[in-house]
Amino acid sequence: MGKRNVKINVEYLTRVEGHGNIVIDVKNGKLETCRLDIVESPRFFEGMLRGRSIFEAQHITSRICGICACGHTLASIQAAEDALGITPTVQTVKLRKLLLHYETLDSHILHIYLLVAPDLLGVKSFVPLIGTHTEVVRRALRMKKTCNDVCDVLVGRHVHPISAIVGGFTKLPRPKDLESMHAMLTGMRPDMDATVDLALKLKFPDFERDTEYVALVSDDDEYPMLMGDLGSTDGVRMQKKDYRKMTNEFVVPHSSAKHAKLSRNAYAVGALARFNLNADKLLPKAKQVASAVGLKPKCINPFLNTAAQLVECVHCLEDAIVVIENLMSSPVNYEEEIVVGLNEQGRIPVRAGNGVGAVEVPRGILFHNYATDQNGNITGANCIIPTNQNTGNIEYDLIKLVPEILGKSDEEITHTAEMLVRSYDPCISCSAHLIDIRVKDR
Amino acid sequence: MKKPKVAFFDFACCEGCQLQVANMGETVLDVLGLIDVVEWREVMSEKWGKKVDVAIVEGSITDPHAVERIKKIRDRAKVVIAYGSCATIGGVNGMKNNFPLNDIKQYVYGDSHHFFATEKTKAVHQVVQVDYFVHGCPVYIPEFVTVLKTALQGIPYYPPDYPVCVECKLNENVCMYDRGVSCLGPVTRAGCNSWCINNGNICYGCRGMVSNPNEKGAQDVIAKYKIPMEHVLNKMNMYNKCRELD
Repeated sequence: MGKRNVKINVEYLTRVEGHGNIVIDVKNGKLETCRLDIVESPRFFEGMLRGRSIFEAQHITSRICGICACGHTLASIQAAEDALGITPTVQTVKLRKLLLHYETLDSHILHIYLLVAPDLLGVKSFVPLIGTHTEVVRRALRMKKTCNDVCDVLVGRHVHPISAIVGGFTKLPRPKDLESMHAMLTGMRPDMDATVDLALKLKFPDFERDTEYVALVSDDDEYPMLMGDLGSTDGVRMQKKDYRKMTNEFVVPHSSAKHAKLSRNAYAVGALARFNLNADKLLPKAKQVASAVGLKPKCINPFLNTAAQLVECVHCLEDAIVVIENLMSSPVNYEEEIVVGLNEQGRIPVRAGNGVGAVEVPRGILFHNYATDQNGNITGANCIIPTNQNTGNIEYDLIKLVPEILGKSDEEITHTAEMLVRSYDPCISCSAHLIDIRVKDR
Repeated sequence: MKKPKVAFFDFACCEGCQLQVANMGETVLDVLGLIDVVEWREVMSEKWGKKVDVAIVEGSITDPHAVERIKKIRDRAKVVIAYGSCATIGGVNGMKNNFPLNDIKQYVYGDSHHFFATEKTKAVHQVVQVDYFVHGCPVYIPEFVTVLKTALQGIPYYPPDYPVCVECKLNENVCMYDRGVSCLGPVTRAGCNSWCINNGNICYGCRGMVSNPNEKGAQDVIAKYKIPMEHVLNKMNMYNKCRELD
């Protein structure tokens, strides 16, 4: 084993969003290369935004990602409103929190069931599960559809939301809409309980590596998702306007996604980072699930990001129900419904400005930053995606993981490496795509 | 009867149109019961790599590697379906063509821009022959199901060639122009059931333009509401920039 050679080149990693490769090269038992290559075709969103109206930014940047379209929408709106100097109403903030909960729930369910569960159940994809675990597949699709349906009611659709725009909402939910969303979400509780039961049976690989975790933090009692300061487990705290000091992005040649670092050589964002920083603010039911799956802050097993996602599913479902009940008890003010278009009527005052949006989307903290001229046209744009922030950290995990499992077969090494990458729920379309496996030089 | 082999492929896009399939919920199992899905990287680790009956292609062609890949897919597929705006009309990726390539590369990647090969964005049919088009950003699932059914039966599908306004009127929406904002409904191909306007927003033209737009009528509307022409043209360049490469 000491002299072992392993060469792994996973081209186009499957069951992840986007295209990326894993390259591992071990010579004489020594790890020489260990990389996660992001080979997604760059789409140049930041460049394309220049010259467009700030009122178009949400529509365009939502198209960065089909899975977190609502998250991009919310980060984009926050950045635009920051640049324009608009403070959203209390009602608008409630509805935006609700939308973000829907998306977190939707995305986590997709990841837990369709992308991760096959690994833990020992099959290649959810397709064979249709025959062997029919009820599990049906439940997953049912839950996924419920998330999609509540989004349809709230914002027209989940992939790409229609009514959430700068300034508020073009259509506000009617009492019957609130009732139907409430019924759909409370109806989801038995499936959520079954999901927790399933997750308790799953066995996650035993691996640990201490790293810095970054997420939104706040001084109030709410588990911060939509708003907050930037915080880290190494004690860093700064305002969102200073996000560049938080991410310190740099380009690496093997990847069309930029990497990020803070106090150490890399940091992690996502469900586990949020849990590690804010676990005490979860709703009681979510805390119970965390303790049942054995998740305690600070957890440094990256495979348990999936467990943290489960905890957040419970939190988001329950908190969404709370928000809706709140909206039902105090009538929605339909006067706030807006028609903006490209602001032809100048209903929203524009100014030259620079604004930052920082939102916790399913895979971690997402930054949008726009500069505008006095006509409200975009002069500069910058988007920093969670997966970009995680890529460096994933590589350091692989560098520690691979030597620990060199006693296993090439197939097992490849599979475990893939599982590790997948546990981060990478969204590579966002970052700038992941896999075919060749193992040689035994 | 042997089940037809169907594969999903993705190029530069957000993969949201693939996700629309998962959003069908349990009914997706009915569709999957009729076909044999042999490749779908986003949700499957299984590989096929051989001939397929139907290739569903999402995304735009934006670099030399993609050009080679789509040609190989075409070679091993009996039928190619371009799926979603990025594939059918270039979509939002086409906005890149509003800028010189070197300018936009340098803007995003600075001095490291030479690491990233990129070409002008093209729709799939601008590189290889396409048999069916499912327009939309995202696709409208009822239309996708219709296209899949027609493709599997080997009969043609013609997307609607009248403007979104037709559906919008049937949905009894108040015209966005009358609400004081401009909208691309008058020149955009219908088939989405005026999805965005039903939800209080405007039409951004994501399904592409009708083949014979009523330009005079559109000009009259634009003049009546005193909208600068430049403003409307700029809007059309959001989804329809690749049209100039047809």
